[in-house]
Amino acid sequence: MNIIVLVKQVPDTYSERKLSNSDHTLDRDVTDAVLDEINERAVEAALQLKEAHGGQVTVLTMGPARATDAIRKALSMGADEAVHLSDEALHGSCAVQTAKALAAVIKAAIGFGEFDLVIAGNEASDGRSAAVPAMVADVLGVPALTHAREITVDGSTVTVKRETDDGVTRLTAELPAVISVGEKINEPRYLSFKGIMAARKKPVATLSLADAGIDPSEVGLANALTAVTAAQPKPAKSAGEKIADEGDGGAKIAAFLVSQKLI
Amino acid sequence: MAEVLVLVDHLEGEIKKATYELLTAARALGEPSAVVVGSPGTAGKLADGLKAHGAEKIYVAESDSTDFLSPQVAVLASLVDQVAPAAVLIVVSADGKEIAGRLAVRTNSALLGDVVAVSAEGATHSVFGGAYVAQAKANTEHPVITMRSGSVEIEASAGAGAEQVVDIPAATGRSATVTGREPITGGDRPELAEASVVVSGGRGVGSAEDFAVVETLADSLGAAVGASRAAVDSGYYPHQFQVGQTGKTVSPQLYIALGISGAIQHRAGMQTSKTIIAVNKDAEAPIIEIADFGVVGDLFTVTPQLKDEITKRKS
Repeated sequence: MNIIVLVKQVPDTYSERKLSNSDHTLDRDVTDAVLDEINERAVEAALQLKEAHGGQVTVLTMGPARATDAIRKALSMGADEAVHLSDEALHGSCAVQTAKALAAVIKAAIGFGEFDLVIAGNEASDGRSAAVPAMVADVLGVPALTHAREITVDGSTVTVKRETDDGVTRLTAELPAVISVGEKINEPRYLSFKGIMAARKKPVATLSLADAGIDPSEVGLANALTAVTAAQPKPAKSAGEKIADEGDGGAKIAAFLVSQKLI
Repeated sequence: MAEVLVLVDHLEGEIKKATYELLTAARALGEPSAVVVGSPGTAGKLADGLKAHGAEKIYVAESDSTDFLSPQVAVLASLVDQVAPAAVLIVVSADGKEIAGRLAVRTNSALLGDVVAVSAEGATHSVFGGAYVAQAKANTEHPVITMRSGSVEIEASAGAGAEQVVDIPAATGRSATVTGREPITGGDRPELAEASVVVSGGRGVGSAEDFAVVETLADSLGAAVGASRAAVDSGYYPHQFQVGQTGKTVSPQLYIALGISGAIQHRAGMQTSKTIIAVNKDAEAPIIEIADFGVVGDLFTVTPQLKDEITKRKS
């Protein structure tokens, strides 16, 4: 079973995130960058399937040079190899361009038909569009089984228990297919020293747009299908009234709510 | 005037009220057309409500297909082709985001996701949990826009509601098949993302049992219950109620934070709330700094008193 895991490096969700002043894209320099937590679960899901069915786990990311840190983490967990689409011209790509570029890499560089599953996180913690896995599937013309809480592969059929705020949906499809995993799919394994050492020797193929056969006019800020025209940090909310509870704290909140016509 | 396609969000014959928000928002862009994709008989149950909220046309695509989300994408894609709409509006939800993404990539349209306002000039996003407000525009025809529920005040308006049956085009690729559905019936509390009042508990609540104090206050206000990541990670409350950077983003009229310190992880999910009340033992807790009214004290004495005051006022 050949599995491609889509991963993304994102700003640490425990840090303050900023947009750059010049082009309103994510300012990746001011925040700590980490492998998105949900991607660790995607890698874990892939490794568990590999352990059960054999095969190979390839990590694929699109991002600036320093995204290699995220790749190394996925390799340290146990993925076999990685492909890194990295090109200055990709900066500022929109979701549609990103999905098409990832699908192009899967098709061209890795070889369409040579994978059984693409596994991704259901939603990146920075962009939060929660749509890219299904968009990649749509470009590839394969089924998207998203927000998986459980994945079962039986022969050439995959079934997924999909869990969202709206409830549980049971989905089934023939391979190859795209799966996105939710928070509750698994607990990612801890990195072992052995795994970290082994990751150093694992192959990472860095592809430029030309390597991946992607036309530069199809990606990047200048060609994006959307444009951010302005962005302002919201003025920090200033503190209102602050009191110490002297036995009437609850009553004072109630009085405040009344004064604001909230109750 | 160009049509604006609004995908109707419904569950088991009941409309989700966010659909009416989209019909209201659509009027700023053109003439609203509702698109109903569902099992046979769905549109009949929804038509009156759609007409009363300004739908000039109602496109009806009904079938017993078990293909997962593909019918919605295929119907919208063919309508985009036929009527060249000014925009396609879809409610932000797991399904909505997925339909929108697939539609955008298939019709080569700009995808403006999770917006809080639309106008002829473009869309407004609230980014990083409201830390930034960004204006964006589409560089393509017929942008696909997902709107966060609760962003628009619903305005009733009579529309012609002319029904037009549309075929579901054959799938362009393979689709996943739905073999079972178990919708969440959700109990009596409002949905977290849609609630106008949210009461949340944090690590300070101390245990799963003691979350009852949060729930009791919430119920007295008809509020949704939320939890901080610390509370969820400690097993006090289920994950689907997590508010924050890695959970839900909420923007209610009133947000009450009980025993929540207010790390950036949490603030990013609630800082755009209109009014914020915080109760915390620690006078230095960051949540107090963004609260409109902060009480430094024990939530287990303050909360029941507040609940009693609210109940008193109601009676």
